[in-house]
Amino acid sequence: MFDALSEKLQATLASLRSRGTLTEQDVTAALREIRLALLEADVNLEVVKQFTAAVRERAVGSDIIGQLNPGQQVVKIVHEELAELLGGPAAAIEFASSPPTVILMVGLQGSGKTTATAKLAHYLQAEHHSTVAVAACDTQRPAAIEQLVTVATNAGATVYEQGTERSPVEIAKWALERAKQDGKDVLIVDTSGRLHVDEALMAELGEICRVTDPDDVLLVLDAMTGQDAVNVAAQFGAALPLTGSVLTKLDGDARGGAALSVRSVTGKPILFASLGEKRDQFERFHPERMAQRILGMGDVLTLIEKAGKEVDERESEKLEARLRQGEFDLDDFLSQLRMMRRMGPLQGLLSMIPGLGTQLRGMKVDEREIDRIQAIILSMTPHERRHPELIKGARRLRIARGSGTSVQAVNQLVKQFAHVRKVMRQVGRGRMPDLAALGRPPR
Amino acid sequence: MTPGQAAASSASRKPTQLSGPRRNHLARVARDWDELLLTRRGRSAAVDEDGEDADGRRRGAFSRLRESLRATRQALGSEVAATFSRTLTAHDWDALEESLIVADVGGPAAAEIVSGLESTVRRERLDGDELRERLVELLAAEATVTGGAPLHIDLRPEPTVILMVGVNGTGKTTTIGKLAWRLTHEEGLRVLLAAADTFRAAATEQLERWAERAGADIVTAAAGSDPGSVAFDAVARARGEGYDVVLVDTAGRLHNQEPLMAELAKVRRVIANQLAGAPHETLLSLDATTGQNGLRQARAFADAVALDGIVLTKLDGSAKGGIALAIARELAIPVKLIGIGEALEDLRPFDPDEFARALIE
Repeated sequence: MFDALSEKLQATLASLRSRGTLTEQDVTAALREIRLALLEADVNLEVVKQFTAAVRERAVGSDIIGQLNPGQQVVKIVHEELAELLGGPAAAIEFASSPPTVILMVGLQGSGKTTATAKLAHYLQAEHHSTVAVAACDTQRPAAIEQLVTVATNAGATVYEQGTERSPVEIAKWALERAKQDGKDVLIVDTSGRLHVDEALMAELGEICRVTDPDDVLLVLDAMTGQDAVNVAAQFGAALPLTGSVLTKLDGDARGGAALSVRSVTGKPILFASLGEKRDQFERFHPERMAQRILGMGDVLTLIEKAGKEVDERESEKLEARLRQGEFDLDDFLSQLRMMRRMGPLQGLLSMIPGLGTQLRGMKVDEREIDRIQAIILSMTPHERRHPELIKGARRLRIARGSGTSVQAVNQLVKQFAHVRKVMRQVGRGRMPDLAALGRPPR
Repeated sequence: MTPGQAAASSASRKPTQLSGPRRNHLARVARDWDELLLTRRGRSAAVDEDGEDADGRRRGAFSRLRESLRATRQALGSEVAATFSRTLTAHDWDALEESLIVADVGGPAAAEIVSGLESTVRRERLDGDELRERLVELLAAEATVTGGAPLHIDLRPEPTVILMVGVNGTGKTTTIGKLAWRLTHEEGLRVLLAAADTFRAAATEQLERWAERAGADIVTAAAGSDPGSVAFDAVARARGEGYDVVLVDTAGRLHNQEPLMAELAKVRRVIANQLAGAPHETLLSLDATTGQNGLRQARAFADAVALDGIVLTKLDGSAKGGIALAIARELAIPVKLIGIGEALEDLRPFDPDEFARALIE
């Protein structure tokens, strides 16, 4: 199975620490790992080649003195390049100077156009207070119009549909007139899924594009797409003036390297991420998060970096220093728990920890358990939090009562914490800890 | 040990290099409907209205597939194709490895396969056309599952229950529609559809349209009702009214969403409770465009509902579905059917030779 890139790089470049600069050979060794990681993430081979060439140029000869270690340094370069490639200038929907703004949704069958159309309608109403109508131009797939009517109406949008008798081009034209008459701010045109190699259907899309003159043409792409993403993006891009893309099914566990392929082929930004069956599970695309996901990056230090961004840089630096000196106490643990909660669902966070992901596959994180841990720590005195080894007998009973838990629960936390602290000390000494041990009960 | 794990461990013992008589081993693979479907009248008794023999029909099907793959072949295959006219150099093997990677076979699997092929070819001292054919044969063998699920679909149980599962948008409903048409029109069977996707808006309506086209009957329930009860009712009705086959459509679900996978396992249990031995065939619908995540999908669905085969859909695009090769290697789950278009007859038995050829052409 795929292990964390950073761990592999650390192993590959372990001998480098003393030398201080990365040589051509070191970089070549590192790039081999990066290539495999990107391929595993479904980044297209050609894109991988271009990307690794760019990283090589930046990495060779870079100064690594004072850095954590050479592996981290290379990962940092890769991550920065990746985030830049994925991100670029802040991207958003282009609104027309005079309404309605027309957004054309295109993509392969099953990529999630209809769902994304309804979610986008919901998003634009909620975030931009726009009045939104959708045009039902998928006359191909059985019951596609019924599906759009249901989901778009639920999302609060008006649906313009004329059944399956008229051509998609006529329906689109008619819907645009209706949208103008009804004074809608936005018209989203849902189209049937089609293969990029189907010339007739691609020509039809071109015609829809001509009659509606869209402000945005969004390619809807399944995050699970493999190497073929470049062909899809290139063909849709050749037939239509794409302005961006929407990445769907990101609630799955695909690394989503297709994002990089598409971005690199079309040169257009990824605007939205769709991640769930509910209509509000739709958000602006975050290049940073995607870069980490593609790399399978994330270790304890990355988690702290992430935490730092959620809180503030200084607090994070302090925490990191304390970690390395092994002065990690229950107060730190508590503030870390709180930061983690702020960063989002724990399940997602856990998946960021390399090695842990596969070993804890199927493990469910009980968020209430975290609340219980918080309650226990909050029932301790500040002195006890700094010196958990004091917690015995009467103190233990008091804490259990105060937190509404049991003596066993308090005991378990103290033991677990001692174990975590041991692991943290290993990190501080620069050793890669046995992260999986964090998920095991202490012996 | 779950069936999925058992299959995985037996597959992992499968050597990459091939030896011994390959032809008879490959001959066991279904390349035609007559071979794929095991019916009560013996092998499928499809009638040749058009007078074409089975081989002719097969050629027809795959010439279409090949036609649709032409664009990609030209784009990326020329280098590899040129290669096979002479003895292979290290550079050529790299090119072959890359073409497998571009076909979504996956980096590590591509490397292993190529090094296996390389040593076999060296040992056998092949070159030119002979070498090219041998490579196709070896790759086809890689795509052929041995020691896993049976390679045919057994329609002899009365009724035969086929459960269709997969991630959202992979083509479950469309596959069921085409399969229903095949079984009613070409095999003369009575088919009942079960609209157990009660979650997605208009999923039932979509399946109803397919039932009309295929001439099959359908059991439906209100949106949001229990999918297990739809499946149960359908199997009960099929038993009572003497249907030959029940095709159960389920809601698309991401394989990492545990409650949804648990729900699917329940649908399977409910079917088994209604009819011992059912579902007789559980098929995973897999989009050929899918990358490395396909392996995880197959593993998760195999763990939840024990897969008997894969339907590789959307092969009429430029994607080649190479992840199916990785799945065959790792999990020993065979591809049984492929989807190559939107028409009713665009569902075909899987042919490993053609699949292998497309991978490197």
